[in-house]
Amino acid sequence: MTEMVQSGHDGPVVVRRSRLKKALSNVKFWRGLIAICVFLGLWEIGSRWESWFGVAFPYVGLIPAPSAVGLAATEVVTKIGYWTSWVDSFKRVFVGFMAAMILGIPFGLALAVNKYFRGIFFPPFEILRPIPPLAWVPASLIFWPTNEMSIAFVTFLGAFFTIVINVLGGARAIDVRYLRAAQSMGATQWDLFYKIILPGTLPSIFTGAAVGMGITWEVVLAAEMISGGGTQAGGGLGFFIWNSFMGGSLEQVVVGMISIGIAGYLSSSAVRALGDYFMPWRRLF
Amino acid sequence: MTDAGPANMAASEGIDFGAGQSRMELKNVSKGYGEEWEFDQVLGNLSLEVEAGMLTVVVGPSGCGKSTLVNLIAGFETPDTGTILLDGSEVTGPGKERMVVFQETALMPWQTTYENIVFGPKLRGDYQGGNLEAEAVKLIEKVGLADFKDKYPLQLSGGMQRRAELARALINEPRIMIMDEPFRGLDAMSRELMQEFFLKIFEENRRTQIFVTSEIDEAIFLADRLVVLSNKPAEVRTVIDIDLPRPRDFKMMSSPEAYRYKSEAMEILHEEAMKSFSDSASASGFMEVYAKTGD
Repeated sequence: MTEMVQSGHDGPVVVRRSRLKKALSNVKFWRGLIAICVFLGLWEIGSRWESWFGVAFPYVGLIPAPSAVGLAATEVVTKIGYWTSWVDSFKRVFVGFMAAMILGIPFGLALAVNKYFRGIFFPPFEILRPIPPLAWVPASLIFWPTNEMSIAFVTFLGAFFTIVINVLGGARAIDVRYLRAAQSMGATQWDLFYKIILPGTLPSIFTGAAVGMGITWEVVLAAEMISGGGTQAGGGLGFFIWNSFMGGSLEQVVVGMISIGIAGYLSSSAVRALGDYFMPWRRLF
Repeated sequence: MTDAGPANMAASEGIDFGAGQSRMELKNVSKGYGEEWEFDQVLGNLSLEVEAGMLTVVVGPSGCGKSTLVNLIAGFETPDTGTILLDGSEVTGPGKERMVVFQETALMPWQTTYENIVFGPKLRGDYQGGNLEAEAVKLIEKVGLADFKDKYPLQLSGGMQRRAELARALINEPRIMIMDEPFRGLDAMSRELMQEFFLKIFEENRRTQIFVTSEIDEAIFLADRLVVLSNKPAEVRTVIDIDLPRPRDFKMMSSPEAYRYKSEAMEILHEEAMKSFSDSASASGFMEVYAKTGD
């Protein structure tokens, strides 16, 4: 699995390498590694129960063993189609997520600082917000001219509402004493916005981004399965899983699932790294 | 301090403390909150003179409106009636001539000590005293934070945060400093050290101070003049001139004079606190319950 990540995504791995030494001398790292190994071991035993002891182990017996999944993975990674699935899904997540950030942050801030804006836009926003992104799929398939666009749109929705709500909450929760101190020191309305509200909201922006990123992956995968991505749009990891399932390769389904786990982890690491970069005061301890 | 010139000389030669310093006057100030049917009168017709170059300490029972008073003086809120004058001109909004040092700490967590301190002058771009950076560094050294110049507030101890905030206010060269229970939340030892440190800075140039606190010992140790507020709606209940010599020393707190001041103030405070206690108790029906049980 690690090899796969390294060959496919050099960027993030470089960052992890530099932390490798630290990790190796850390008890937590070894504890985590052992936990994963024990988990894989139990899984392996569970799947092989039937062939070793003649009796099927309930539930776990139906799942392909990790060794079988590993074998399938070595085969899968040599195929270009698997990697285009990665690229397609990442592209969609990126587009949807960036659109949600670009529109969501200013929208959330505007809701927070202007009561007229909030009075007009917050009620409709609150009615649309509880609608699960996947409920938008049929409507957006009809509305948008291409499958790709409707997937992007649904992905965008997944992150947008979360980001807006976090930005709004964060900006409204800023300690009034910061604003007052700045006012005493002669801050104009613009100063208050740029020097107090914006940095004060950054932690909430990144919380929203981290949660939104998770939702984006969920939505992208589901949308890819539903829209049967193969026709107009590229498959993506969601379609890869669906396709493997239809083709009866349970091993490949699990490979797809773990791939998504890794993809999600890489994405949230990127969000965290950005957060650390923009908020040096938050990485003190 | 940069404007230490004439005032500092006056202080050291023992002449008029008020020379070159500002004076504040509150005339019949009242303030309340809420709609008509649940209107809460917090300050009622409060008049107060804050003499130039003096350290005026305001004490009052908890919840009597001390923070409201601070907000009005700082200009964050406007009084319903009455006027607040600083050197004869009316206070209409926040301004750098009236700097507040807030309860707990209000340093911006996203700025380092240095960035916090230069925030005001940099924002206005009006720093007069030559090199802002050099002045800020000098001030940081003075408050004993030289090693913490580039640290963030969360990396500082409670006492260090208060000192940084003091420096942030001082660099703006306010005409009057408003201390709103600035040492609240510190442990007893840090609090004592901060009080001494604060007095050292004050006694250097005697910049006019309003210091709000609910700690009577702190009040007497610091004050030139002690203003005791009444229960809500707050008015000035009494003014006590504290004639303890300066520079102050903690040993003075066990002198008979200090004890006399304390018992005088405590008596009034206790009276006012009892009023507020019985007000709230009867409002919640407490007293009626007691009456019924025949207690």
